[in-house]
Amino acid sequence: MKIKPNLFPYVLWMSFFVIVPLILVIIFAFSTPEGGFTLDNIIYATKYSAVFWRSIVLGAVSTFVCLIIGYPMAYCIAKIKANFQSVFIMLLMIPMWTSFLLRTYAWMTILEYNGLLNKLIAFLGFEKINMINTPGAVVLGMVYNFLPYMILPIYTVLSKIDKKVIEAAQDLGANKITVFKKVVFPLSLAGVVSGITMVFVPSVSTFVVSKMLGGGAILMIGDLIEMQFLGNAYNPYLGSAVSLVLMVIIMICMGITNKLDEDPNEQNMIL
Amino acid sequence: MKKYLIVAVSLAFALMLSGCEFQKNKEKSINVYSWGEFIADGSDGTINVNEKFTEETGIKVNYKTFQNNEELFAKISGGGADYDVIIPSDYMVSRLIEKDMLEKINFDNIPNYKLISDRFKNLGFDPKNEYSVPYVWGMIGIFYNKKEVTAEINWDILWNEKYKNRILMFDNARDAFAISLLRLGYSVNTEDASQLREAADELIKQKPLVQAYVMDQIFDKISNGEAVLAPYYAGDAAVVMKNNPNIGFVIPKYASEKFVDSMCIPKGSENKELAEKYINFMCRTDIALANAKKTGYSTPHEEAYNLLDGDIKNNEIFYPDRETLNNSQTFVNLSEKTNKLIDELWVEVKSGGASQNPWNLVIILLGFAAAYLAVVVLKNSKRKK
Repeated sequence: MKIKPNLFPYVLWMSFFVIVPLILVIIFAFSTPEGGFTLDNIIYATKYSAVFWRSIVLGAVSTFVCLIIGYPMAYCIAKIKANFQSVFIMLLMIPMWTSFLLRTYAWMTILEYNGLLNKLIAFLGFEKINMINTPGAVVLGMVYNFLPYMILPIYTVLSKIDKKVIEAAQDLGANKITVFKKVVFPLSLAGVVSGITMVFVPSVSTFVVSKMLGGGAILMIGDLIEMQFLGNAYNPYLGSAVSLVLMVIIMICMGITNKLDEDPNEQNMIL
Repeated sequence: MKKYLIVAVSLAFALMLSGCEFQKNKEKSINVYSWGEFIADGSDGTINVNEKFTEETGIKVNYKTFQNNEELFAKISGGGADYDVIIPSDYMVSRLIEKDMLEKINFDNIPNYKLISDRFKNLGFDPKNEYSVPYVWGMIGIFYNKKEVTAEINWDILWNEKYKNRILMFDNARDAFAISLLRLGYSVNTEDASQLREAADELIKQKPLVQAYVMDQIFDKISNGEAVLAPYYAGDAAVVMKNNPNIGFVIPKYASEKFVDSMCIPKGSENKELAEKYINFMCRTDIALANAKKTGYSTPHEEAYNLLDGDIKNNEIFYPDRETLNNSQTFVNLSEKTNKLIDELWVEVKSGGASQNPWNLVIILLGFAAAYLAVVVLKNSKRKK
């Protein structure tokens, strides 16, 4: 295949920053420190099944929560007047300009046993609740940090739905619920799918959130990978093997969501 | 035409960059890689050590910092880093020696080495003292809240039910295991799998009492009363106790861990003589004193120690009595096998000792694959309709 010259920068970028590192990860995952081929790293990675499972569950829960909160929000934003829409989207984006670390650190001071929220609870005369260092706190941190990634793609798709389609449905006698169920929601599925991938992937592989809000005791895959590089035993081979398994899991998940997404396209074609 | 322009511009950039390289080599400079906040930098009226070195010798110092020994190791074993002076801790020094990653130091170029106390020479991690010059040292002890903790402070208190959810632990396998091993009366450098297993079981027992596994966040959490007990390094005690007089620090007398951070020259340093000059400079009395005062860590430098204020010199936290010192141990590097075992046990500790069935992962993967197939089949059947 001949590469067009105007594609050249793109190909260069992709090969240096995507293909080469990917190949390196695969090579590391299947090699011993002496340089020979081995499957031991992958087999060793299965010892940490519980960590994988925990990450997937927490990632799935936060993705679900993001969807539950994010969809209505995106729907509301898409419904309001156009100039208000940009203000709302702006407000959604502003927190993303501050450091991810700082935002998570702020949650730590809010959720601590002697933190802001518990001070309020105690002031109102209720018993203090132990909130930080629980899986719930980790999910909260992920939802807070990744919610915009759910809202934005859904909002984009919803705001582009042709009003005439909805009017046509109404003319044919569909009530509000039916319009939403039969027209709006199926048409917004593409946004939902990309929202799910954009939230699920970083949630599964996060490590700062679990470290700060989980008290270091809720170990996730990201923590496990970090441990292999900056932990006690410097073991990039195992670290790469764990990353590779994680990549496979994410690829399958994306495959599932992409398949689910195929439906509206077909309907579009029929239309 | 455009294409040529791009090529020309990038060539020009490349030339400029390489030009910078040449420039750097022309004027003498060394690259120093050390811990954060680990040197007198001119704030609080101290000397700016690096600037002073440049002033006196004309050698520029490029000073970079790392967070922990493992980061340092990952950086220099990955290659591509050209440091001339590094300051790793004890066990990392011995690991670097074992891996043949350190340059032998020519002590003729470091006359000030004689000012370092003999107690810090020929330690376990560098038995013949060929590769390292001690920079600072300190002990591991326990921070506690004087108001809330009244019992005697030793390692057992970290396992005390009474302080459930108010205890912090190291988020670092080696140090956490050291505490468990010291409490059990074993060596912190044990390679015995059964002793490590026992230490891990104790840590698993401790886990329900632990509020969080953290490192530097210890200062915040212990100062604002979120936690009341936390083991940590003595060097940071001064600052914490100054900010909050309710916080105390105790080094268990019967067994503790002593750490020594030393200056070394990594293999591949292109400026070995300049590096030795820098190390010698760091061992000069006024410089060692400035560093000791600024960082709060204990100095192995005899003259600098003698010049310190009386309340620091006689402070048990920074300069403990002979008994504590004699009962203390220093880390050395462990075999790769033991390091791997510790990591594995550490994951188990953090997961609360959950048994990890290796087949679960396979089942998870198969489950996902099955879900994928199910979706494909579902879609296909719909399409047929």
